[in-house]
Amino acid sequence: MNQLKKWLGIVWMLLGPVAIYYLIKTAAGEIAKSPVANTIIQWAVFVIIFIPIAIGLIIFGYYAFKGEYDHLPERSGEI
Amino acid sequence: MTQPSESKKIWQVIAASSVGTLIEWYDFYIFGSLATVIAEQFFPKTNPTAALLSTLATFAAGFIVRPFGALVFGRLGDLIGRKYTFLLTLILMGGSTFAIGLIPGYATIGFAAPLLVLLLRLLQGLALGGEYGGAATYVAEHAPPHRRGYYTSWIQTTATLGLFLSLGVILITRHYLAADLTTSIQRFNDWGWRIPFWASILLVVVSIYIRMRMNESPLFAKLKSEGKVSVNPLKESFGHKANLKMVLLALFGATMGQGVVWYTGQFYAQSFLETVCRIDFDQSRTIIIWAILFATPFFVVFGGWSDKIGRKWIMLIGMLLAVCTYQYIFKQFLNITQPTGKTELAEHRKFLGEKTVLLPKSKTDSIQLRTWEVHYTDGAVFHEIKQDTLWTDPTRAAVTKTATVYDEKKLDTWAYRKIVGWMFVLILYVTMVYGPIAAFLVELFPTRIRYTSMSLPYHIGNGVFGGLTPFIATLLTTIYVTDKLSGLWYTIIIGAVCFFIGAVYISNRIDADVND
Repeated sequence: MNQLKKWLGIVWMLLGPVAIYYLIKTAAGEIAKSPVANTIIQWAVFVIIFIPIAIGLIIFGYYAFKGEYDHLPERSGEI
Repeated sequence: MTQPSESKKIWQVIAASSVGTLIEWYDFYIFGSLATVIAEQFFPKTNPTAALLSTLATFAAGFIVRPFGALVFGRLGDLIGRKYTFLLTLILMGGSTFAIGLIPGYATIGFAAPLLVLLLRLLQGLALGGEYGGAATYVAEHAPPHRRGYYTSWIQTTATLGLFLSLGVILITRHYLAADLTTSIQRFNDWGWRIPFWASILLVVVSIYIRMRMNESPLFAKLKSEGKVSVNPLKESFGHKANLKMVLLALFGATMGQGVVWYTGQFYAQSFLETVCRIDFDQSRTIIIWAILFATPFFVVFGGWSDKIGRKWIMLIGMLLAVCTYQYIFKQFLNITQPTGKTELAEHRKFLGEKTVLLPKSKTDSIQLRTWEVHYTDGAVFHEIKQDTLWTDPTRAAVTKTATVYDEKKLDTWAYRKIVGWMFVLILYVTMVYGPIAAFLVELFPTRIRYTSMSLPYHIGNGVFGGLTPFIATLLTTIYVTDKLSGLWYTIIIGAVCFFIGAVYISNRIDADVND
């Protein structure tokens, strides 16, 4: 199971940049289609909010790959 | 078993926390439920700046401010205590809601009106971001270890009951402002919409009174007396790898999927019934009300069950069921509301009128819309709209297309019950993913930084991933126009990824001791 957790970490690390690329591509396309202030604000909010989340996914994948989730803390002292 | 006095105390704690949280959700929902009316009063489409503020009010309050509120109030809760922090969020939310009901419309005070609404809406989002973590932590820190899931699940019912309450208050107000329904709706749109906002203040005052009489969480009070309170909860929560990895796990393995299932089951489904299936305004709301009424007890059932078998698999199975059956259930909504197979009562057919509107980007070509009220033998009543394109160019007249659509569908009793049944199933999934999650989050983090650490993943999962569901789903349906169910792919993909992460990485262990 720990091996699976580690190798899946690579998947999560790759999923982050893919999500960012797809988000920016879609946002650019939608803004170009309708370049009004409302559309720009809406998509700017999406991009601003989701990029840090996607970076969080990359960090999550990195931790998984490094084996940080092989053992989850059972006491607060471990945190 | 808890002693009678302890049992009484825990119920007081649950009541104090739940009533306040219920009111916060109610306050947050009435703005969304009355969005169309509010837009007419404060955000006229003719004024681009006002329309811009409307977009900000919708997006900023829901998605940016909620996680920010989680950070601000979570930090406060870990520094000064749970009791005073979630008292503060309640006052902030109640005050903002009441004030929205007092603001004169755009026609009276101009640009100041939408600006004030936006500011108050931001305060609402901020308050909501701080409330939930406090209430869940407060109850969990009072609860005995073997009943933590059960007791915290009462807090979980409040989000759905807040929606129930807001829909109920709006429907009642909309119907009873005059003896005649049309006049009543007119009055509601003019000034009656303010009543649900004002009603909030009474509930808030009662809730503040109850909360003022409660003591601080015993675990936090103990930490404080020992001088072990966190000095910098934000740094400890997100700056230390050992805790950050648990925050990320909570987000990607639980709250992200919970958020999309929650919003699809309660909000996107409602919007789908109204805008895609074209069910009548009142019926689409009463369907949700019935489904909520039948499904709400299951929050407590699944919360209590999680004390016996663990939190993980109840949440994840709820997520998996949602991912696997959403397409089928929403397809049922479409099938049930079609006129196919119905027998019309021709003698009852009534012509309601016709109108002609110009085609977009055309100065001469137009669409003629003729509407009939159609009655069926099973008791259903639909509006049938025939659309004919009228070309000014005679050579194009040969390719004129006539389309028939059905709108404002009042379903027959059997169809209505079937839709309530499917809605119940959708909300049952919500109870599975949401019922045990407060206990799950509380057990993941230590007391000294619990409020901060659990609030952020919850509000990113519920507020951002969940809150965006209706917008992204609608966006998908505009891209893939031929597939009416394409909006579900966002929920299905996010839910599937979350299920997979949760299944592989999360532990099913119940933490026996949250005192540390």
